[in-house]
Amino acid sequence: MADTQSNELKVREKQEVTSPAEQTKPGLIFTPAVDIFETEKEITLLADMPGVKADDLTIDIRDNTLTLSADIAPVDGTDEVDILVEYESGRYYRQFTLGELINQENIDAKLNDGVLRLSLPKVEKATPKKITVKTD
Amino acid sequence: MIYRRFFNVPTWRFRSPVEELHRLRQQMEQMLESAAAPHQREVAGVLPLINLTEGKDHYYVRAELPGVKGDELDIQVTANNLAISGERKIAAEDEGARYHRREREAGTFSRMIGLPDEVDTDKVEAKLENGILTVVISKAEITKPKQITVK
Repeated sequence: MADTQSNELKVREKQEVTSPAEQTKPGLIFTPAVDIFETEKEITLLADMPGVKADDLTIDIRDNTLTLSADIAPVDGTDEVDILVEYESGRYYRQFTLGELINQENIDAKLNDGVLRLSLPKVEKATPKKITVKTD
Repeated sequence: MIYRRFFNVPTWRFRSPVEELHRLRQQMEQMLESAAAPHQREVAGVLPLINLTEGKDHYYVRAELPGVKGDELDIQVTANNLAISGERKIAAEDEGARYHRREREAGTFSRMIGLPDEVDTDKVEAKLENGILTVVISKAEITKPKQITVK
């Protein structure tokens, strides 16, 4: 029993961020929770982004800065009235500085069930490049 | 008999001034607390956090469950309640992986939601899309307003 209790998930409020630049669109911005781990060959980043479709996600690497940003489509139907609101939804935004140089040709991004998995293989010199997101 | 009557007599307690002050202080603290966080949303403190909305014929329950598969969820509905429970698993990575950040959590969750009115338990649909669970519950026929024409 003690084991299952310790394994129970705790409620964590979604982290809202003050935007990095002046906002032109209204709405809230949240920081996705991430796991980042590194092996000999690559750095892998996992990010929780519920409600994001592959088309709405932008991953950008520039000058050793990785930027994740995503828009989400509103889910509520137009004729619905709120009864209970416990979480808000909004855009996601988070930036990371990459310590290692990344081989930008072979970056792999997958989005499944609202979780982004980004594989960044280590190699040499970085040049700006956009990455397309795949789903499977 | 005498015994009972003896005990039913309301007890007169004389409030000491110290007690009265204590009570006042508690009231003041409560007032201050409610004034400090006037717009705080009421959160049950149990995962998953849900949004409940009402349409004309349906209730919509939505929850953010990134990385949870449909078969890992258990959803049950009764006339007035909806129960959502499940487990979020995070697959173990390579042995040699060095973690820089570990913010995502795995574990179990379970939640019971009271619905505002009776629902039709046969007409409930749940779907999991991009990490968002949507449960569409039809309202029970008897709770729907009936249009009455005047003759």
